[in-house]
Amino acid sequence: MKASQFISTVKLGIKSLLLHKLRSGLTMLGIIFGVCSVIAMLAIGEGASYEAQEAIKNLGSNNIIIRSVKPPEDTNDTGGGRGMELDYGLTYDDGARIYSTIPGVRRVLPMRIIRENVRFNENTFPCQIIGTTPVYPEIVGVDIIRGRFICDTDELHQQNVCALTTGLANRLFPYQDPLTQAIKVAGVYYRVVGLVREKNTKEQRAQSGEMEGEPLDNNVYIPMSTSRSRMGELIIKRLTGGMGIEAERVELHQITVQMNDTDAVEVADPQIKTLLGRFHEKNDYETIVPLQLLRQAEETKRIFNIVLGSIAAISLLVGGIGIMNIMLATVTERTREIGVRRALGAKKRDITTQFLVETVVLSIGGGLVGVIVGVATPFIVSHLTEMKTIVTLWSVLIAFGISGAIGIAFGIYPASAAAELDPIEALRHE
Amino acid sequence: MLDPNDIIKIEGIQKKYILGGEIEVLALRGADVTIKKGEYVAIMGPSGSGKSTMLNILGCLDRPTAGAYFLGGDDVATMPDDELSEVRGKRIGFIFQSYNLIAQLTVIENIQVPLFYQGKDLSETYDRCVELANLVGLNERLEHRPNQLSGGQQQRVAIARSLVNDPLMILADEPTGNLDSATGLEVLDMIDRLNADGKTIVLVTHDDYVAERAHRVLHMKDGRIDREVINKPSQN
Repeated sequence: MKASQFISTVKLGIKSLLLHKLRSGLTMLGIIFGVCSVIAMLAIGEGASYEAQEAIKNLGSNNIIIRSVKPPEDTNDTGGGRGMELDYGLTYDDGARIYSTIPGVRRVLPMRIIRENVRFNENTFPCQIIGTTPVYPEIVGVDIIRGRFICDTDELHQQNVCALTTGLANRLFPYQDPLTQAIKVAGVYYRVVGLVREKNTKEQRAQSGEMEGEPLDNNVYIPMSTSRSRMGELIIKRLTGGMGIEAERVELHQITVQMNDTDAVEVADPQIKTLLGRFHEKNDYETIVPLQLLRQAEETKRIFNIVLGSIAAISLLVGGIGIMNIMLATVTERTREIGVRRALGAKKRDITTQFLVETVVLSIGGGLVGVIVGVATPFIVSHLTEMKTIVTLWSVLIAFGISGAIGIAFGIYPASAAAELDPIEALRHE
Repeated sequence: MLDPNDIIKIEGIQKKYILGGEIEVLALRGADVTIKKGEYVAIMGPSGSGKSTMLNILGCLDRPTAGAYFLGGDDVATMPDDELSEVRGKRIGFIFQSYNLIAQLTVIENIQVPLFYQGKDLSETYDRCVELANLVGLNERLEHRPNQLSGGQQQRVAIARSLVNDPLMILADEPTGNLDSATGLEVLDMIDRLNADGKTIVLVTHDDYVAERAHRVLHMKDGRIDREVINKPSQN
């Protein structure tokens, strides 16, 4: 068939469809809803998993995170036998052992996380004091806004210096330049040497595991050595209700192990567990492997997409059946026309093409409208519900492609039924 | 040997129908028909005489069970479906009792339909289609649709359509059956004029008055040509 003939056939198809506007419109609705729901559902699914995945990615896919957890208080034996004191968690030695025994380890980042009030002049704010080493920014992902982070010399000489997150700095120093000022934490003054911002500050600090709504932007970073000598390992908390005190001895709250590459992560994870298991009788630590979390999240997302996609695909299928139904009715209605065309020289395949083109015009037309509505729907949804939605190009292509395929699949039967009509019978049809 | 002037040569043609899977009906029992170029032949006969079957076979809409049918020198009796479609499109112009125009197309588009299926460029042949519309007096109504036309006008569009592919013969099936006598006369006059211009006409009717205009009348009975009446000699 020549191109001009094909164009005429398409025009004829549109003309025939326009002859019954309401009927064609209603038939298209099935496809419109189908395509729209495929795109919208996949967009919502994509959006729902996006944030979780981003949070996991920020933990670093090369990293293994080990955290101290308070062991379950199963017995009266308050471990370590030091009276009221609870002794648990990771130790300085753990970090060194991991670094020296596990192959493929690039860096080990120890962290002490202590809640304490920070004061400057009249301003006092509760915040997190993080005792750590100078490699922190490279492993966790920190932007240095002004000045510098704590450095090796600070660590070596146990300097009383600190870096602040910008949010905290703004609150503590509403009118002054924070650099070189001194803030007071637990009776000791620290000089501010830099302002930093943790990447992705909107997110909850995933590695701290604290689900309180405290802003991430509330950190004071001090050298690890300074934190050991100035604050010690013993943390004394006043219990709520004034019923005495609780003491905890924790050397390190968290160790982040950075591996040389992603492949090493899954090998090292069980090795680290075995290593730590030898020195920790109590189950007082847990490991988090962002890479595995990411894999799980991706798997969940895949299943989610399949479920949503198949629900939407069923509506497309129903739309296709609707089209087939209408086309069968059309063929019966236009039997006479088919007979005339056959008498005037139309071959069977000309008739097939004519009706197939009509079906495909119907389904692709519906597909186009469906794409427009389908792309608009997620926008409206995220506008109204603050749910994040992501319309991906492939979901649009898939939905549109399926609508075209449905036109062909459900058009072939009516079209070939039309072509197989006996021209004599068809001409006689009333 | 085939005479090149014989547009239609039918020899011993038979058509067998099987009804209900068992009962065989012989609609045609060995009919012979020869039609020369430029002739005007009417086929008459009571219902059940095999007239319609003959029409279908003449129009290449159906294939005979036995016998030979040469149309313009080619054996069309055993042609496959696609080739038959092509023969219909190129060599036969149909005029039907109920006009059979395509409802969603305009007058000019209806005239173009046979050309479309021959894969002709419709813009190149547009002038010729307008000319044909002129010939049947519908040049003012090119963009009208069939439902905006009277029966006589619709039949004139059908005549123009039958001429567009410059066929070997025009096959008219009761062309005046749905028309009142005045418009029927107009249509018959038009067919006469076409014949006078050299077109071969085969007309199926049950109306003596219509058949009178033909050169020859073939009367069918029981699936055979029963008798042949010559009204006037062919001009050729």
